[in-house]
Amino acid sequence: MPSGREVESKPMMQDWAHWAIDTATDRGASYADVRVMDIRRRDISVKNGEVGTLAESESLGIGIRVIANGAWGFASTDRLTRDGVEVCAREAVAIAKASALAKRENVALAPEETYVDTWQNPFLKDPFRIPVERQIDLLLAADREMRRVKGITLAEGSMSFQSIEQLFASSTGSLIHQNKMQSGAGIVATSFAGSEIQKRSYPNSFGGQHMLKGYELVESLDLVRNAPRVAEESVALHSAAPCPEGQKTIILGASQLGLQIHESIGHPIELDRVLGMEANFAGTSFLTLDKLRKLKYGSDIVNVVADARLDHGPGLGTFAYDDEGVPAQCTPIIIDGLFTGYLSSRETARAIGEKRSGGTVRCESWNRLPMIRMTNISIHPGTWKYDDLIADTDDAILMETNRSWSIDDKRYLFQFSTEIGWEIKSGKIGRMIKNPSYSGITTEFWNSCDAICSREHWTLWGTPNCGKGQPQQTMGTGHGASPARFRDVRVGVAFSK
Amino acid sequence: MKKAKPILSAAELKRIAERVLKLSDADETEVEVDATTDALTRFANNAIHQNVAEKICSISVRAVVDGRTARATTNKTDDASLGRAVASAINLARNEPANPDLLPMLRSQKYRKVARFFPATANTTPEDRARAVARVCKIAEKAQQTAAGIFSSGESESVIANSKGLFAAHRQTRAEFSVTMLEKSSSGWAKANSPDIGTIQPEELAVSASQKAAASREPREIEPGHYATILPPAAVLDLVGFLFYDFAGTAVLDKRSCFTGRIGKRVLGRNITLWDDAYHPLQSGPAYDGEGLPRQKVLLVDRGIVKNLVYARTTARTMKARSTGHGFPLPNEYGEAPMNLVFEGGEKSIDDMVRATERGILVTRLWYIREVDPYEKILTGMTRDGTFLIKNGRIGCGIRNFRFNQSMIEMLSNVEMLGPAVRAAGEESFEMVVPAMKVADFHFSEVTKF
Repeated sequence: MPSGREVESKPMMQDWAHWAIDTATDRGASYADVRVMDIRRRDISVKNGEVGTLAESESLGIGIRVIANGAWGFASTDRLTRDGVEVCAREAVAIAKASALAKRENVALAPEETYVDTWQNPFLKDPFRIPVERQIDLLLAADREMRRVKGITLAEGSMSFQSIEQLFASSTGSLIHQNKMQSGAGIVATSFAGSEIQKRSYPNSFGGQHMLKGYELVESLDLVRNAPRVAEESVALHSAAPCPEGQKTIILGASQLGLQIHESIGHPIELDRVLGMEANFAGTSFLTLDKLRKLKYGSDIVNVVADARLDHGPGLGTFAYDDEGVPAQCTPIIIDGLFTGYLSSRETARAIGEKRSGGTVRCESWNRLPMIRMTNISIHPGTWKYDDLIADTDDAILMETNRSWSIDDKRYLFQFSTEIGWEIKSGKIGRMIKNPSYSGITTEFWNSCDAICSREHWTLWGTPNCGKGQPQQTMGTGHGASPARFRDVRVGVAFSK
Repeated sequence: MKKAKPILSAAELKRIAERVLKLSDADETEVEVDATTDALTRFANNAIHQNVAEKICSISVRAVVDGRTARATTNKTDDASLGRAVASAINLARNEPANPDLLPMLRSQKYRKVARFFPATANTTPEDRARAVARVCKIAEKAQQTAAGIFSSGESESVIANSKGLFAAHRQTRAEFSVTMLEKSSSGWAKANSPDIGTIQPEELAVSASQKAAASREPREIEPGHYATILPPAAVLDLVGFLFYDFAGTAVLDKRSCFTGRIGKRVLGRNITLWDDAYHPLQSGPAYDGEGLPRQKVLLVDRGIVKNLVYARTTARTMKARSTGHGFPLPNEYGEAPMNLVFEGGEKSIDDMVRATERGILVTRLWYIREVDPYEKILTGMTRDGTFLIKNGRIGCGIRNFRFNQSMIEMLSNVEMLGPAVRAAGEESFEMVVPAMKVADFHFSEVTKF
């Protein structure tokens, strides 16, 4: 329902939005929505003591989505004159009418209220106001610390910041202004020796940790203090024992479990995949509609939600409204091991008879069509203290920090490898293991989970590089996870001969 | 509907570049201006479900101040925004440490012409694409299958100029059609990509995908293991595409290339010869690199021996080599890469390869390929959309999809037969000119449930 709050966007944003909607409806659109987005980025990287990338960018434009003749059309432009916007809106309608040449039925949407609202994610320090010199100095200091370790052949560090001001408007009267500030940073130490390249990343691979926060995120990571440790681990991996082959108990660190959730829960629950809409590229899903509320996805201790609300934390999947104007929600995905929910849009929710969209539609930028994307797909914390979990484990491999990831196009068979592993024997962490890998079938794997660590070990990780769609869009997603134990998992297959 | 005009003409792009250079008081200034118009029609369940178009321009400014350089980019062409981009690049540069390796910007260069703009592609309308999709959906319905895919077309115009007098321009079109045909227990796939839409035949591709879906119906599960494997060009592309950065001088300098310590050695089979050739008739892209240096044709692998790398100007100086015109826009940490790979092909057809195989696997498409080991270049990934068992020289039944874990060094040492090199389009790599290959002992490590 309308909040009645005044929308505080840049003055012209509302004009552009109204020009677009008026033109589209005048041309015969039965529905239109627009996203005006003003995106600003700063990217800094250093390598072996020198600055690599040092760049800022800004991008402002409008994306116009319409239904006309019962079919979808979308056009976008950065020509933000009245003529430019109206030409773009007319093109969107013409494209929709062309789509109708090959339609099977009229597009229909689940109902949604009209909203007028303004939202800004909380943050403490605007990263764009922090002098770039200070940001470079921090990365170079961490770089120095890594290169002090003998055997390090490549030291890298990076920071990225993005602010998005966005206005959503629809022909049904919604007008939603959102501002998002996102930060990320990380370091990598690589060592080449003999015929082997090993690396360690901190705090995670994929450029480190990324959240809907300001520069306070970077400061909290303490990159310089962690640099010597990751460098030493990178070098030590060369003399570590190889990962054995066979069936083993494994314990996954929180960031690796986050990616496991992303690939083997987050993607298969996307309803557009389930309904065949992504069949040509991203693929379909084993989670066919008959499995809803029937499939035992995981063991009884596995509880997963898709939660875009700020209450869940400042994740990359956090917002107040999605990109078709639906408020952020928390959808139970797995309850006590039972599969209970999909990620949906207004169109796909209606297609399966749901009353309302789950509010998971997002776009990378103003020039991309909004589509179903993961929000924060997180596993609920369990009850185990980390030390107790290790002490309770007789024979296992602890695997941390993702190195490679791959899964089939229905999301059944996966294989992951991590940067580092540790042998666990008789309740104690023992020798280092190199080239750890594990593989399995999604549902068998999640049903083998017998322990999840507690809230104090739970982190909301950011995955900044999720690709989907044609043309492809890269989106940030959030994954809350704590270390967890899985029984009887196949390990070592990645390096098998 | 008539095709919309390009967002900005070549003359307008040049004028924007000149305005940027006038606005800058940096020691040196470089500007790249791009204007892109793209459209993509997407279909699934035998109907168009997404249909998009975009027009976007980008003005990217690199400033050099006191031996430091940085970049700022905007998509706004008014004077205030261009001035802000220039100021941002200068401000960023002023606040970083001096870079002793930074070279002066290039002066005016001479370029070979490449013809990569096709009016028929640029003039393609949403109706053209929709009608083609409707015909493809009819093919699917007739075969009681479901079609999903894309049909896209677009054009771009770009210029690069700098304050030392360099100016280069490139105009090109692009078109792509990709189709997956689905049955209850199987699927088939085909894809083509070209600057010239006239070379793309959606219905032929749809029929090919349809036949693969029908032929792989009710796939059997067979044991994973090492098999003689026939990889069509798209599958080869998606695998060998992972090698492209290994040929960068910077990658070797950083000791993260699989060719570190292997240059001049016979690392691959004698039947593997590989060039980077921006001027090959089946290639696309501009004749210059990110600094405006003309691209050179480079022999990378000669009969299995790694002969040469590619070098940006700075990398070349550091490694005491000649720059080859493969640098990325500065500043960056990656240096350069060959972007126009061309394999030397053979004369064998896929049918020849099948006939010569007693027991093996015929792949249609590979998927979700990721690097497991960077030095032995072990890749993992899945087969997809039509995988077949070959028995006694004939294509047999469809089989359930495999996961592979395969070293590229080993695979390219085990190539038994090569097809003609063609422009191939896959999913994991940019387009290249590659042949089909029959390889021995390809390692499939696990099998999935479909």
